[in-house]
Amino acid sequence: MEPGEIHALLGENGAGKSTLMNVLYGLYQPDEGEILVDGKPLRLRGPSDAIAAGIGMVHQHFMLVPVFTVTENIMLGAEQVRGGIAGFLDRRRARREVAEVSERYNLRVDPDAVIEDLPVGIQQRVEIVKALTRDVDLLILDEPTAVLTPQETEELLTVMRSLKAAGKSIVFITHKLGEVKAIADRITVIRRGKTVGTASPEASRDELAALMVGRTVRLTVDKAPATPGEPVLELSGLVVDDDRQVRAVDGVDLTVRAGEVLGVAGVQGNGQTELIEAIMGLRPVLAGTITLNGQRIDGWSTKKVLRAGVGYVPEDRSVDGLVKEFTVAENLVLDMYDRPPFGRGLSLRPDEINRSARERIEQFDVRTSSADAPVGTLSGGNQQKVIVARELSRPLKLFIAAQPTRGVDVGSIEFIHSRVVHERDAGTAVLVVSSELDEVIGLADRIAVMYRGRIIGVVGPDTPREEIGLLMAGITPDATGGSPQDGSAPTATTDPDVVATTDADVVSDAGTPATTDRDVPATTDGVVSAEGPGSEDEKDR
Amino acid sequence: MSTTAVPDVAVASVNEGFWTRTRKVGLVLVALGLLATVLFGALATGEQARFTLSEDAAGAALEINGTVGAIVFGLIALAAGGSMLAGLPKRWFVPVLAVGLVAFVLSFLCWQVSAAPTGQNFMPLVNIVRGTFLLALPLIFGSLAGVLCERSGVVNVAIEGQLLMGAFSGALFGSISGSVWVGLVAAAIGGSLISLLLAVFSIRYLVDQVVMGIVLNLLALGITGFLYERLMQTDAARYNSAPRFSNWEIPLLSDIPLLGPALFRGNIFLYLALLLVLVIHIALFRTRWGLRTRSVGEHPTAADTLGVRVLGLRYRNVIMAGAVAGIGGASYTLALFSFTKNMIGGKGFIALAALIFGRWSPTGALLAALFFGFADQLATYLGAINSVIPGQFLAMLPYLATILAVAGLVGRVRAPAADGKPYIKG
Repeated sequence: MEPGEIHALLGENGAGKSTLMNVLYGLYQPDEGEILVDGKPLRLRGPSDAIAAGIGMVHQHFMLVPVFTVTENIMLGAEQVRGGIAGFLDRRRARREVAEVSERYNLRVDPDAVIEDLPVGIQQRVEIVKALTRDVDLLILDEPTAVLTPQETEELLTVMRSLKAAGKSIVFITHKLGEVKAIADRITVIRRGKTVGTASPEASRDELAALMVGRTVRLTVDKAPATPGEPVLELSGLVVDDDRQVRAVDGVDLTVRAGEVLGVAGVQGNGQTELIEAIMGLRPVLAGTITLNGQRIDGWSTKKVLRAGVGYVPEDRSVDGLVKEFTVAENLVLDMYDRPPFGRGLSLRPDEINRSARERIEQFDVRTSSADAPVGTLSGGNQQKVIVARELSRPLKLFIAAQPTRGVDVGSIEFIHSRVVHERDAGTAVLVVSSELDEVIGLADRIAVMYRGRIIGVVGPDTPREEIGLLMAGITPDATGGSPQDGSAPTATTDPDVVATTDADVVSDAGTPATTDRDVPATTDGVVSAEGPGSEDEKDR
Repeated sequence: MSTTAVPDVAVASVNEGFWTRTRKVGLVLVALGLLATVLFGALATGEQARFTLSEDAAGAALEINGTVGAIVFGLIALAAGGSMLAGLPKRWFVPVLAVGLVAFVLSFLCWQVSAAPTGQNFMPLVNIVRGTFLLALPLIFGSLAGVLCERSGVVNVAIEGQLLMGAFSGALFGSISGSVWVGLVAAAIGGSLISLLLAVFSIRYLVDQVVMGIVLNLLALGITGFLYERLMQTDAARYNSAPRFSNWEIPLLSDIPLLGPALFRGNIFLYLALLLVLVIHIALFRTRWGLRTRSVGEHPTAADTLGVRVLGLRYRNVIMAGAVAGIGGASYTLALFSFTKNMIGGKGFIALAALIFGRWSPTGALLAALFFGFADQLATYLGAINSVIPGQFLAMLPYLATILAVAGLVGRVRAPAADGKPYIKG
């Protein structure tokens, strides 16, 4: 990092950007390696060391006390006090300092406003002022635009420029290409915890997208050409909100046919999670329809959707997919425990449950000491196989798999992929959502790319990765030609509405103020919904 | 306490439409006013109801005809409720509510005093006020202990145990040493030992704080009960006859009518309690320690990112809380009675209720404790005049009031956001 430089850290969600920066801010301890400031190695035992070294950070989830005033939040940890040991707060001086800093950098905030009454954009401004009053030379902004409206984003970029002019260095973490090109002096791309390249802002969007998405060895999946049949799942004009009542799915039309795999690609957080939860009845549908074999299923309970012949592999297996303390056998019948042959009247039939568990452990190659082992003791890949085994053990019309191989070893990946293809060949409609582009390309017969709550394009699996990468970044080709299309796709390849807007548009709704971060579980990839944990299992119980 | 985070939402929805919170409370007050006017008015006798400014029937007194008083005060309550129904501006809500409730209580008293057996148609106000404070004392100390603890994010259900341990250590070491001051220090240490256990298990070992609190209450009960039987009962002269603080008369102030004799001729614990309320209130809202304490109770991660030592601060506050509660326990054994088994008898839980009713603020806790103390004192008084109202009904008031408070009827009750949640770094 040089003084007065804006350095963008670009990478997909979960690539390790935030972790890296938390280490730099002293929140996490590095396992190996060292940090150099002005050529000298620095050991950070905690955030106060980082602050002392002139490093400030604006976290993705704001670190503000909602019931405190702006001044109280800013003075916390660096209080000006009078009266010796009693330590009375010198509020007047603190207020003056806040006013001064916000004046100097043109960051207007009311020092006496209470944080929870302020819109998100202003809260962020408070965070920046907070860092600046601590005389930082290096400011880390972790996904600062994720929660902002386009106008607020514009303002933030202006602020960043003026900070740069004042000689501050900024690390700008994001996965939005447009913003990076607009503001960064230097770009480092991170993928799976490794630096994969450095670029200048003159680099084209294609190059950046390619770097970000990566060019790893393609995992091949053996499969015959698909023979698509009748439409099984049809989505029309689907609109769904996320947990913060921000629009997450914004008018999605999609069809999945019997005997085909439709892959949904996209950078995480573009509405894929909410889309699937809406289909499963885990999240209310605000507008539009969902039909399964011609029958409307929106508004159905999850149990009813499952019983209608839908199999579901949730994206976070440990939270939504399994009851970790339960045994493998019990987890295998979570969906069918009350049906014969596993349940009779009020009682379970352990013999039947165990017999079928042994069968399926065999069939799905689950490596476990026994059917009675708690599922939490299994490796990630084997846990995932338990879920897949459970979901594929009843007659299905539609199989939905979200991130089916996340955190799973290569052997299990191959096995799960072959089961997915097997299910397709048996005539089931399959919907696979994955943020791993390789996986989508390998599995899918058609690929729908989701961007900011919409399907921005539907392409064939032979489409060049670069083109898909661009779509994932929200850039549609000017011409529709060249992308082989199935013909049965109901969506147009390009959506003129989306082409026009490459910067922030749909993500944040200006009309939803003050959603404070403490309501949202702070998972690194932001996928776990507050109502999510175990909801499928609970509804079944 | 996690359950109290919910009313936040409930209150927001209550505020919509015609039936605002003011109107709902107004409706309740109108019902109370009607009850007072009609029922109390009808039941009151034509006797004079005398409220004397002394400890007995003698001396200056406020007098009113029972029936007239019951009806007039009932009508005042009715009017207060009516004005709320008519759409009172928000800033008038609290004062009008206070006037209405006080009028209701006065109407009730006019009936009770006038209907008392002949010769007992008086209420000695000095006794009532003094008794109120006396009964509120352990509650004040206890709820202050709760404030210190919970403002930093640790739920303190162990107040009962801390009070009990304080009472016990005060009695034991006061007796052995023969010094009230040694007893006082021992009481503070005894209380903080209980809270040290609470701190270690809830902060270091992440044990559920409510469960831990209950366990500590039982532990304190067991230890003090055992030692009481083994030591104090066998040799009471040596182990259970602590010297007592005498009453201190404060010059000038003790000559104020009514308040003087009731408040300024008390013992050290009374003055200490009032002083602590003031000090903790100022410290919590005006000092660096207070700002950090509140930030740790609301959003420990934010505090951590600013270099505040979250766990250290919690340890410190929890242990201080134990010391305060310990002194509260000694307000029994170093001023009033000798130690007996389970002598706190649930006051710690009422203190917890006062903490919630007082919305986690020191002054609020004081007011809530006084209210509960008044209900307690009134129950005693009604028993003495053979009232038709069983004292047990009044003993219910603290719990009833707390339920109403937690349900959000008395205003926005919001616990510190991180109350009860252990802080795990990273």
